[in-house]
Amino acid sequence: MEKLKKKIGSFSFWNWVIASIIFRLILIYFPKNLNLSSRPEVSTPLTSFRRLAEGYWLKQSSMSPYAGSMYHGSPLLLSLLGPLTVKRIEGQPNHLLYSLVSVIADVVSAMLIRATGRNLQFAYLRTLESLDLVKQIEGSELRSSGDVAALIYLCNPFTIVACVGLSTSPIENMAVILCLYGACSRLIPLAAFGWVIATHMSLYPAILIIPVIFLLGCGPDAPPRKLFLQRHQQKGVLNESKLPHGFSWGPIIHFAFWALVWSVYVLVLCGISLKQFGGLWEMFKSTYGFILTVEDLSPNIGVLWYFFAEVFEFFRNFFLIVFHVNILFMILPLAIRLHHRPCYLAFVYVAICSMLKSYPSVGDSALYLGLLGWFVNELSDMQFSLFLFCGYVGVSLLSPVMHNLWIWRGTGNANFYFATAMVYACLQIVLVVEGVSAMLNHDRKLRRLLTGKLQDVKS
Amino acid sequence: MALLRRPLLVLLLVVTHQFLQLWIVFGSVNEEGQKQEEFFEELLLKPLPDRKLLTHFHFQSSAPPSSNGRHHHLFPKAISQLVQKFRVKEMELSFTQGRWNYESWGGFDSIPSSNAKPPGVELWAVFDVPQHLIDALWKNLTHTLSGLFCASINFLESSTAYSAPEWSFPPASGNLRYGTLPREAVCTENLTPWLKLLPCRDKAGISMLLDRPSIYRGFYHSQRLHLTSTGSGSEGLDPGIILEQTLTVVLLPNSQRASLARASEKHIQPSWSLRSIFGKEVSGKCVLAENSNVYLLLDRGLVAELKQLHKEDEESAEKVLASENYWTNPIFELSAKPDRIFIEESSLLSKNSSILYKFEVEKYSESEPFDLGLTWKIPVVWLCQQAPLHASRFLMGSGNERGAIAISLKSTQSCEGFTGANFDDERCELRVDVFQVVPWYVKVYFHSLQVFVDQQPKAVSDIIEKIHVSPSKDKVSPGVMELVLKLPCSVSSAALTIEFDKGFLHIDEYPPDANQGFDIPSAIVSFPNFHASMVFLENDSLNKSPLLSKFQEKSPVMSYTEVLLVPLTTPDFSMPYNVITITCTVFALYFGSLLNALRRRVAEEERFLKDKAAKKSGRLPLLLSKLSAKLRGRHSEPPHSTPGSSSLVNSKLVFKVILVAGLAVCWQYYFS
Repeated sequence: MEKLKKKIGSFSFWNWVIASIIFRLILIYFPKNLNLSSRPEVSTPLTSFRRLAEGYWLKQSSMSPYAGSMYHGSPLLLSLLGPLTVKRIEGQPNHLLYSLVSVIADVVSAMLIRATGRNLQFAYLRTLESLDLVKQIEGSELRSSGDVAALIYLCNPFTIVACVGLSTSPIENMAVILCLYGACSRLIPLAAFGWVIATHMSLYPAILIIPVIFLLGCGPDAPPRKLFLQRHQQKGVLNESKLPHGFSWGPIIHFAFWALVWSVYVLVLCGISLKQFGGLWEMFKSTYGFILTVEDLSPNIGVLWYFFAEVFEFFRNFFLIVFHVNILFMILPLAIRLHHRPCYLAFVYVAICSMLKSYPSVGDSALYLGLLGWFVNELSDMQFSLFLFCGYVGVSLLSPVMHNLWIWRGTGNANFYFATAMVYACLQIVLVVEGVSAMLNHDRKLRRLLTGKLQDVKS
Repeated sequence: MALLRRPLLVLLLVVTHQFLQLWIVFGSVNEEGQKQEEFFEELLLKPLPDRKLLTHFHFQSSAPPSSNGRHHHLFPKAISQLVQKFRVKEMELSFTQGRWNYESWGGFDSIPSSNAKPPGVELWAVFDVPQHLIDALWKNLTHTLSGLFCASINFLESSTAYSAPEWSFPPASGNLRYGTLPREAVCTENLTPWLKLLPCRDKAGISMLLDRPSIYRGFYHSQRLHLTSTGSGSEGLDPGIILEQTLTVVLLPNSQRASLARASEKHIQPSWSLRSIFGKEVSGKCVLAENSNVYLLLDRGLVAELKQLHKEDEESAEKVLASENYWTNPIFELSAKPDRIFIEESSLLSKNSSILYKFEVEKYSESEPFDLGLTWKIPVVWLCQQAPLHASRFLMGSGNERGAIAISLKSTQSCEGFTGANFDDERCELRVDVFQVVPWYVKVYFHSLQVFVDQQPKAVSDIIEKIHVSPSKDKVSPGVMELVLKLPCSVSSAALTIEFDKGFLHIDEYPPDANQGFDIPSAIVSFPNFHASMVFLENDSLNKSPLLSKFQEKSPVMSYTEVLLVPLTTPDFSMPYNVITITCTVFALYFGSLLNALRRRVAEEERFLKDKAAKKSGRLPLLLSKLSAKLRGRHSEPPHSTPGSSSLVNSKLVFKVILVAGLAVCWQYYFS
């Protein structure tokens, strides 16, 4: 990734964007044998295109889209994207319109990431200025983190595969990014909308409410508040204007109100579209219920499918609780430790979710890898980044091979494929842990610089 | 004395026997004298074109509606109890081994359309209760039947194994439940309880022929039990029940003349007799049976062929066919003289009519057993009448991730005459019903249904007139697909394909032989516009035959497709512990290391370490540090120890030990 970033730096941003779009279009026009839409890495039971088409077909033939256990997505997605699954243009690839929608979603997400990244960088520079640390940091070059993040998101093979493989994850990712963008640029209704839609579509983004509250309450990422106080106390002059704002409740109440409005709106829409087929309860049961009780044991890049295929039936509930609580348990410690950096907190949450969720796909990885680009400057001295990069490349090459050996040739074994999933989980763990400690180290470095400077001043 | 006594004893025996018989006859004729329990036994023999012989045993017992339902003279009590308890209106259970060969054994007669069954066990039942009670009754019924017939029918109890077809299964009605077990092995342990339901078992009458080795040596055997309850039990009467038991066996007669066959005789159909097939003969009828007949059926194709041959031989063939001594003719010879000859009433559908020879077993006795033999004299080649379309089903695709099911319908070309059944003015259409059940682990994408007519893809809505789908729910219910196709009459082939994903099961859900694969039950293809019926005029109503009246019924033409074997991927069955421990280790790694990274405070740690170094004390740490110093090959500087801190540490340690001990004591006390 480091290499990638450096390479990108020398090229113009827009060239890369156009190149990635053209690459996507070429893949879309590629003959049918690419068959990405049924790869287990791309299409999970939640994001699969074929299941979406099946749900739409069931709905068209006046049955509940949740009849049977095929479709587990949102009914809104069904009414928005469903017609695109059957619409065909003569002489064009089968699902051209649908693919174009995903390409557009990807580009929009990239643009939002870029805007948010610029926002973050601006905030970062301002805080450095207020701490008079610009010179020290300037020594190591500052990269424009927004551009880097947007390009990582657009050119990441994971994103491209998820987009061309017709999964719904580009749209889910866009909702998450919309939420973060709205919160960063203080567009509260937009943030609430993104949060509600993202939660509605895949449940896990619900925990993003904590970073969003911090973002709205005390502004974007900054070094710990203590540092500012220390600095000003040492200086003797308490300059109120240079201090970051304290926690303000106004925007949060505003956010809560909008979140309520949007969720009522979404529920009413869902209720209308499911009126004749069992209503909302049916929807919750086969979307959130399906996510929480890992019912579908078809292989994916996570570890839960094999675990629940093997675990004894009477332990199943216990382990279901343990694995889901694992996500929840980490929320509070992370929130306490990283509360001054809400965007980073959001990144860590997204990464943890994509690691521990019941049906992960590469689209989720694409999202957190894209968000990682925001913190290029802060994480510049992260450990193991080369190891991680090689690990990701290795796993993404080995995993399809093992899947092929097991499923198609019949010469391999489920364990081989599971081993790659295991390695992938470990890589993500290393990424999260190292990322968090690198960010904490960065804060420490700032403090050290500050105290060193103070001592200089004193002496 | 002894000489005198013996005739007396014989006389006594004879008298009691007579009396007993009289008593039985009197008993079976009810007090009212109008309706009584009846039992019929019949056997139909039919030569098949591919040198095989179809033997079809047909036993029918009926119990009239009566108020004293607990006592039966002939009717099996187990069945009547079952009908009363589970309110069964109609039920059919079949055990089949082998596959009915529709191409050479025919698919249009009454016999294949009601007796050709899918391999394994098939059970359907119609209940006479409100909808919400049916499932519970069905479960109990399966358990009862599995006890009665020594088969694992109880596997049909789980909701993943049965379905409720709406309209495509011929006796369809809302209260129908249908389930199959394609993997069930059928053997003599299922036949014995089935025979127990007959009044004479296999001790007398036609059922004596049921010699186990020769039955199970056959190419196909299907043992079926069909019961219909007539009339409602509303007026305190128990419902009347008609129990129909059939056994259809296709056998290859081993020709005795094979050794001395000349080159020209190789094509001659094998000659057979009951004795050569079953190794037994019929010694009289079952005394409890109303009548006991053996029939020999020459089907339409064969008769047409015989006519043809006759024309070549001699000019006046037409007369010979109906004449009384047709049974010995230049083409074949029967070893027994038929009691009657029926000629099928020529129907609209075809100009040829089949011929039925009737033999009454009554006339034969122990001393003069009945044996029917057929000896062919010249080679005959004919074709059985086939259903308008021949259905077959196969799997497409490879690998264990996904695939497709294809049902292909090929025109048999033998039905020029039948197409008149549904003649519209400008275009004629052939209606085909398809009923397909798929287990839940075959996840069918119904939107991927494609129709090909004459190898050309067609719009689904053009061909499929009506579709009913109930998608499968994981581990809850199977997927059911019912289709009505309207095909043009001129169609030569049609195909339906539908894609599916293969599911992944929990290790406990795999059968012991997981790598063998899983079965998709047969699809049922039926042609509701075609009815198989053969009308034989019977003038004597006294001597009525249930088999012939069965032939007269208009039964819809239906055929079962092959059972498909779908291999599913297996996880590693030997690894659950490894998977659980490794996964949990990874999760622990995540949790521990992340928490550690969050908790860590480098500056404070350094300070703490400094303090600790300053405070370091005690005998053990001292020793350890010395040891480590020695290992490193360096001199250690003894830490400055203060006695106060050491005692503090000791008191702390003692306090902890006491605390733990106290907790343990409390725990012990509380839980004992």
